[in-house]
Amino acid sequence: MNKFKALLIGACTAGLLPAAGVAGPDDDKLMVNDELDLATEVAAPAHLDGALGSTIYSGWRFRTDETQALQLDDFDNPAMLTVDAALDAFNTPDGSEGKSCASCHTGGPEEFAGLSASMPKVIDGKLVVMEDLINSHRQEVMGAEPLKWSGQEMQGMVALIGLQSRGMPVNVAIDGEAAPFWEQGKEMYYTRYGQLELSCANCHEDNWGNMIRADHLSQGQINGFPTYRLKQAQLISRHNRFRGCIRDTRAETFAEGSDEFRALELYVASRGNGLSVETPAVRQ
Amino acid sequence: MKKILIITGIVTAFALPLNAEIIKPVDVSFADGAVETSLTGTPGDPAAGRVLMNKGAGNCIACHAVTDLQDLPFHGEVGPMLDGVGDRWSEAQLRGIVSNAKEMFPDTVMPSFYRTTGFIRPGNAYTGKAAEGDLEPLLTAQQVEDVVSYLLTLKE
Repeated sequence: MNKFKALLIGACTAGLLPAAGVAGPDDDKLMVNDELDLATEVAAPAHLDGALGSTIYSGWRFRTDETQALQLDDFDNPAMLTVDAALDAFNTPDGSEGKSCASCHTGGPEEFAGLSASMPKVIDGKLVVMEDLINSHRQEVMGAEPLKWSGQEMQGMVALIGLQSRGMPVNVAIDGEAAPFWEQGKEMYYTRYGQLELSCANCHEDNWGNMIRADHLSQGQINGFPTYRLKQAQLISRHNRFRGCIRDTRAETFAEGSDEFRALELYVASRGNGLSVETPAVRQ
Repeated sequence: MKKILIITGIVTAFALPLNAEIIKPVDVSFADGAVETSLTGTPGDPAAGRVLMNKGAGNCIACHAVTDLQDLPFHGEVGPMLDGVGDRWSEAQLRGIVSNAKEMFPDTVMPSFYRTTGFIRPGNAYTGKAAEGDLEPLLTAQQVEDVVSYLLTLKE
C-alpha cells in the first residue's frame, strides 16, 4: 500500500469518501500457457525514489478478469495472429537484395531473446527503439521499404521480437550514454501538456488505482507493448499510445517515431525495470 | 403586477451592474482563489449545470463522485466527492474553483475550465494538432455559472 492509498482509506474511514470502488491492483497471477510465470509485481526501481511506492505493477493487474484471461493462453491471445504473420514475413524475401530477415538471422527470431528487455538503448550515440532497428536493417541490408511505424506489419515484427524476451525482466540502461535521453524523457513525463494540463504522472503516478470515468488507472507500464488493445482491435505501438494520451490532454502531440517519443519510451520503460516482458499483452 | 415589475427591476439592477458584458477568461479577477462577480450577470441554471456535470466539456464526474447523479454510471475517484460542496464552499469560491482551480490549489490535477492562456503545446481540441488562433475556454462563461449554481444545490 502506498501513502496515497493509505490516505484514501483513511478518508473513507472518516466518512469523507465512498468506500466502494477504491481499489488498487487485483491479486491475480499471470501464468501464460500454464507454464510461463510472469512477474506482475516487483520492487520498484531505485531511480523512482518511492514515486510509485515500494512496488510496481503490470497494467495486467488493473484489468477485468475477462480481459486478463485473453493473455493467459496464446491460443486466446488475439495478438498472436499478427505475430504469426510477422513470422511469415521474417522468412519471406523482400527488397532489392532478395533477402529475408532469416537470410542473416539464421537462428530465427529466437536469436533476439533478451533484446527487447534492454530496449530502447543508445547505439552509436543515438537513442534507438526496436522499430528503428527493424527499418534500418530492412533498408540498409535488404533494400526494402521501411515499414509504417504503427502499422500491423511493423508492430507484428516488434511483437515477434519482443515475444522472445517474454518472462525476462525489463532492464533498460539509464546511465552513461543513455542518461541525457533518460532525463529528457523524465522531464516530458512530468510536463503538464495541453489545455487540460495533464502530465503522464498526474494519472499514472498520482492516481494509479483510482477510477477515471470507467477506466481503472494503471501505473502506465509499457512492459506488455506492443499491446493488443481491444478498443482498437489491433496491436498498438508504444508511440501510438503516447500520442493518444497527449492528444487527450487537448495538446499538440508529438509524432510517432519522433526523438521526443524515443526519449519518453526510454524513461517509461525504465519505470518498469524488473517487471517481466509480457509482449504481446492484451488490454481493454 | 406593478410590484413584480419593480422587483424585476431591482433584481436586474443587481444582476447587471452598469454593464452586462461577459467577463473574458483573461479578465477574471481572483481573490484567494475565489471569484466574487458573476461571469455573465445572468443567474446560473442548476438544471443545465446538472447536465454539464455529465456531458460534454464539463464531464465533472469523470473525476468526482456525486450522489445526486448516481443514476449515471462511472463516477471517478481522482478528485474529492462533491456531496455537500454547497455547504463547504461559497458561491464565489465555487466560481473560482470551476474557473481555475489552480488559483486556490496550485498543484491540483483539475483542469482550468475558464482559462485560455499559459498552456504548454495547446492543441486544436482533441485532434492532436496544434491550436489555431485563440483558444476557447473549456466551459463558456454561462456554463460556469450553470455548474456553480448546480454545485450550490449539493447540501449535506
